[in-house]
Amino acid sequence: MIEGKNISKSFGDRLVLDNVSVKFEKGQTNLIIGQSGMGKTVLLKCLVGLLEADKGQVFYDGRAFSKMSFNEMKEIRQEIGMLFQGGALFDSLNVEQNVMFPITMFTKQTQQEKLDRANFCLSRVNLENVNKMYPSELSGGMKKRVAIARAISMNPRYLFCDEPNSGLDPQTAHLIDELIKEITDEYNMTTVVVTHDMNSVLEIGEKIYFLYKGKLWWEGDKNNILYTENPELQAFVFTSELTKRLRPVKKIGG
Amino acid sequence: MVEMEGLGLASVGIVAIISVFMGAVLAIQMAFNIDTPLIPSYTIGFVTRQSVQLEFSPTIISLILAGKVGSRIASELGTMRVTEQIDALEIMGINPATFLILPKIIASMIINPFLIMMSMLLAVGGGWMAGIFTGLFPSAEYIYGIQSFFHMYDIFYALSKTVVFAFIIASVSAYNGYYTKGGALEVGEASTNGVVYSSIAIIFMNLILTQLLLA
Repeated sequence: MIEGKNISKSFGDRLVLDNVSVKFEKGQTNLIIGQSGMGKTVLLKCLVGLLEADKGQVFYDGRAFSKMSFNEMKEIRQEIGMLFQGGALFDSLNVEQNVMFPITMFTKQTQQEKLDRANFCLSRVNLENVNKMYPSELSGGMKKRVAIARAISMNPRYLFCDEPNSGLDPQTAHLIDELIKEITDEYNMTTVVVTHDMNSVLEIGEKIYFLYKGKLWWEGDKNNILYTENPELQAFVFTSELTKRLRPVKKIGG
Repeated sequence: MVEMEGLGLASVGIVAIISVFMGAVLAIQMAFNIDTPLIPSYTIGFVTRQSVQLEFSPTIISLILAGKVGSRIASELGTMRVTEQIDALEIMGINPATFLILPKIIASMIINPFLIMMSMLLAVGGGWMAGIFTGLFPSAEYIYGIQSFFHMYDIFYALSKTVVFAFIIASVSAYNGYYTKGGALEVGEASTNGVVYSSIAIIFMNLILTQLLLA
């Protein structure tokens, strides 16, 4: 379980996160949703320690992450897999080397063992015959899948995904969503996904946090988000024609 | 080794071309400026060697490398920053600065002295070829000149400067690239700043080191 307590973060005079508290359960796909510029990515970066929160604390299974020494933090980070918005694959390494990279850095496995693990992770994300290709030769969806393979190569306990579907066609986006859900269930991970894609929300949102103007505005799950009475969340959810058609019709007279 | 190849061996061509022509031009200018029979013609070889050894190779070639290698380092790290590759390293529990910058600094400090020594040899050779092709001075006199009044300390001085300049090129450019924020435009700015600041730092350090080591 990952817990963020009373997290606040400002950039200059601009308050981006205002006293946000969240709790992400193990084995669940937890979503942070909201419009662009509402602090979703900043919250994610505070949770993984890429940004230091001005106030508040982050706990990984009870371990106070914010108060840890560099080496303790390093240990936790080896339990984290992260899928960045653009994939963040290393340009100078091919697909296989990208996936093997964390294993090479932190284990003493033989080359064959590392290769076997990389091939397993790549097959897990349904990628074959791309081992020797470089990131520049891959499509957006393939990059995301390689990034997922790299994220799971060390059997992480926590998986963070920053807008995993951005820039992808609906079918590939659906595949990525399914993959994240499957991997979360299979490895019993604590998964946190930042997204503004309503398809993802309705497909994998086992726990959903809605951020609005830097504040935690609503929390729930994919089953009750469509029935929300919260006007800001309604505005966010029922923007597209597709979601408007899903809007429950209120019965006259209750 | 990979960094040495990228930062050093990839610059051999440009260093070689510049050095040969630099030496040739120096020798020709020297020959044209000596218009009295009181100055022996071996002076051309001697002055060419001294100029190349003390200043042209260590400083001018380092400035060239600041442009070539410095922009490469700054743009590589800047691109890694804006595409979140540096964040990815940090998330994995790897110290990105140590992992990415330190090897570049060490590689530059090892490979640059070799490039500068090669530059010295080629520049002196360029001067000799200029004499052969133009007939402005006799080959034997030039060779006598480049062998005259040689002090090993001059090589120590030149290489000391080179090592300091290599550190400046790698660290200043890396700093500019590593702390890039934004997108493609900012990567370009970081690359330009890396070259400009390292060139200015080289010129200042050149003055300080010359005062310290030769005064």
